[in-house]
Amino acid sequence: MPDITATDPATATADNPVQGIDQTAGNFSYKIDYEFDAGTGLSEQTIRYISAVKKEAPWILDFRLNALKQFQAKPLPTHWATKDLENIHFDKIRYYLAQGQKPKRTWDEVPDDIKKTFERLGIPEQERKFLAGVEAQFDSEAAYSNVKELVAKQGVIFLNSTEALREHPDLFRKWFGKVIPTGDNKFSALNSAVFSGGSFIYVPKGVKVTHPLQAYFRINAESFGQFERTLIIADEGAELTYMEGCTAPKFSTSTLHSAVVELVALKGAKIQYITVQNWANNVFNLVTKRGVAHEEAEIKWIDCNIGSRLTMKYPGVVLKGRKARGEVISIALANDGQHQDTGAKMIHAADETTSNIVAKSISVGQGRSTYRGVVHIPKHLKGCKNNTECDALLINTNSRTDTYPAITVRGNANPTQHEASVSKVSEEQIFYMQQRGLTEGQAMSLSVNGFVNDLASQFPMEYSVELKRLIDLEMEGSVG
Amino acid sequence: MSAPALTSASLTGAFTPEAFAAHLKTVAHLPAWWLDRKQAAYDRFATAPMPKRTDESWRFATLTGLQLDGYARGGTVALPQLGHAPVGIAKAGRIVLANNRLVTHDAIAADFAARGVIFDTLQNALRRHGDLVKSHLLAQPAPQGSEKFAALHTAFLEDGAFLYVPRNVEIADPLAVFHYAHGAHSAVFPHTLVVAETGARVTLVDLFRSTDASRQFACGQNDLFASHGAEITYVAAQTWSRDTLSFQFNSTVARRDARVLSLNLHLGGRQARHESYSQLQAPGAHTEMLALTVARGRQEFDQRTLQIHQAPHTSSNLLYKNALLEQSKTIFSGLIVVDADAQKTDAYQSNRNLLLSDEAEANSLPGLEIQANDVRCTHGATSSPIDPEQEFYLQARGIRKAEADELLTFGFFEEVLSKLTNDQLHDALRELIRTQFKQ
Repeated sequence: MPDITATDPATATADNPVQGIDQTAGNFSYKIDYEFDAGTGLSEQTIRYISAVKKEAPWILDFRLNALKQFQAKPLPTHWATKDLENIHFDKIRYYLAQGQKPKRTWDEVPDDIKKTFERLGIPEQERKFLAGVEAQFDSEAAYSNVKELVAKQGVIFLNSTEALREHPDLFRKWFGKVIPTGDNKFSALNSAVFSGGSFIYVPKGVKVTHPLQAYFRINAESFGQFERTLIIADEGAELTYMEGCTAPKFSTSTLHSAVVELVALKGAKIQYITVQNWANNVFNLVTKRGVAHEEAEIKWIDCNIGSRLTMKYPGVVLKGRKARGEVISIALANDGQHQDTGAKMIHAADETTSNIVAKSISVGQGRSTYRGVVHIPKHLKGCKNNTECDALLINTNSRTDTYPAITVRGNANPTQHEASVSKVSEEQIFYMQQRGLTEGQAMSLSVNGFVNDLASQFPMEYSVELKRLIDLEMEGSVG
Repeated sequence: MSAPALTSASLTGAFTPEAFAAHLKTVAHLPAWWLDRKQAAYDRFATAPMPKRTDESWRFATLTGLQLDGYARGGTVALPQLGHAPVGIAKAGRIVLANNRLVTHDAIAADFAARGVIFDTLQNALRRHGDLVKSHLLAQPAPQGSEKFAALHTAFLEDGAFLYVPRNVEIADPLAVFHYAHGAHSAVFPHTLVVAETGARVTLVDLFRSTDASRQFACGQNDLFASHGAEITYVAAQTWSRDTLSFQFNSTVARRDARVLSLNLHLGGRQARHESYSQLQAPGAHTEMLALTVARGRQEFDQRTLQIHQAPHTSSNLLYKNALLEQSKTIFSGLIVVDADAQKTDAYQSNRNLLLSDEAEANSLPGLEIQANDVRCTHGATSSPIDPEQEFYLQARGIRKAEADELLTFGFFEEVLSKLTNDQLHDALRELIRTQFKQ
């Protein structure tokens, strides 16, 4: 079997104490013999290959080919976004790598090297502790997928997209690409052309899934592009919490991650979607996430971005039914060499819909964080409300932050408010804590944790503890 | 939408090379450097593309309203034809221009002139004080997306006003410049240049007026330069006809410890775009950027602002308030930029929209780009109707709803108007707003 050629995490940390910490937890890779490899570069052949190995129905191949055309026709959005996008070499990326086509139901069946990867990341342990189901994706396909029996008995479907397309084609097709059309943007078109993996979840009417379902996305190969496709449908009155985590080893070449996530919350349903994004900082993370909330439904995105080289992600909610509610809670931490371009979109499309956006960003070293948002309230809607708050904290003198909200309100029945502030850690606070015996670094960590505390407390316990730890580590050595 | 191949005619509209050649003849007596700059500006204008839907700096704007066809230089006008109405303020001097030409000029008092104050037409200043004008006229970057129209302004600028206040001279009463557009299809290019030297203090009021309700085109700019410790108060009251396509560009420079307050009142025009560019260049500089808009009918007001903090210890405060009636539309797009070495910056940006109609549309794009960490930068944007509780309070005291709304709207504007220390000016602007409401 393959050798272990893991890079040593210890040396990676020594180079830059501020940078790697959390990323080094995932900074190792195994040499895998891939059974399926679409090669380097993107063409019609690549897509035919992917579709063939997945044994897909003809309509999916057509869907993919059409998406490829749209991807090739669309320019990069550099007229408003960063020019760093031009450094993505689409012809040098490997679009599909898989060791097998069918995920295993028990960890014992998962090949050793892949199992070792997830054990190092603590996934099986978390599953035992508090999850209702887990899907673990390794490069293009899920290596492991399981949902607890109790949850499965309630009729909850939790599969990866490849399996779901085979087993529930009608249900999948009904909602697939409806929330985020192929041509929404260049990267949603790319995902639509080469998507593989990701979760498909269906929660039947009235079923409330008490424990979170989790997906874990792992990139192992160099110059790889991961394009998972997630579709979650919560039927009337259903409730679920979905969490996703991700890591990748740090390679010298850039890696691309471009997911599309679609959520549908039918009448009275509630979906909470939690992301802790912790890619290595050679990863371009360009993700399109959007949900549709029907009458009295609620969609809440909790989005935490700590890793990656460039993240561009603006989770959105289309408030389609009366009294629907959308919320985005966003935390971004940008360290040296990182640009977190995150935000939220709230599209009000029915009366009495409400939305709330709270975004907090921290820029450390030469890190750059950007908030971009859209709030749209069209004419003749009544009783819509939006609240947007974005706060930025700048740690070092060369840190940078930008805010670009866009708010459109038509009519006089819909109040909105937007507020943003930029500040640095208060010298007085630091002084106060140092007076009481804390080091400057500890004081800084405490102060930054305080800054995000009201948001972090909304995370499930395990994540909020993890987040605090990450912030502590990222802040180490940043003072001065 | 747009034709696949753009002909040069669609890029220039009425402002053809022939029209420009005719214009150059009327200003042939002006200095050669100026004519060269105008020629270069015309070339930029004629080749630059029209704004596109995907241009971030034109987001939300109605681009179909920007056509440049069918305008021409208006005829010569005498004062009686203007139906000139006073604004009701004591003035230290007055210049009245109509269709780009001087109509009448009340010179500044002799003692000020003796101390070196210059208040004259731009043409006179170009001939008599060429070097001074050259270093300040259109010398700063101004446009926020309207490079094409700013070039058009430079190319066709015929005459305007020039105010120079020497070191430590203070002028208490405001100076007023009236810019009239007269007759159908007239195109006007107003320009006001204010230079305040070290420690100088001055107030200038620009009044943009139409004599009738016809279709007109206005493309103006004002340059404000405040040297060390100088204080400029600049007020612009825009009441073009309701069928005017208007562009107004502002460029403000504040040097060490200088203070510039600018207040723009926007009432007229069919589609009016205002772009403001403020540079805080040295420690202690402070700018107040204020604007009030009453939008009604199908009017569209598009305001784009940029405040750049280039030095440490500078502060700026922006407050743009819009009241929207009927089917009107407003766009506010603001950006605060803090350069990497501009520590201790204190910048504020606020856009408040009062939606008085169910069909009005308010767009807000308040932006920040911060590269220094020891700063205090905040911005806020709100859009909301009149508070029903306040309305009820007044109605309960026997005030009819319409009147209550007007009172509350004036209360909304008063926060901005009260920043003016000149009471006559305050009342004059209030009266203009009242007129707009009464229509």
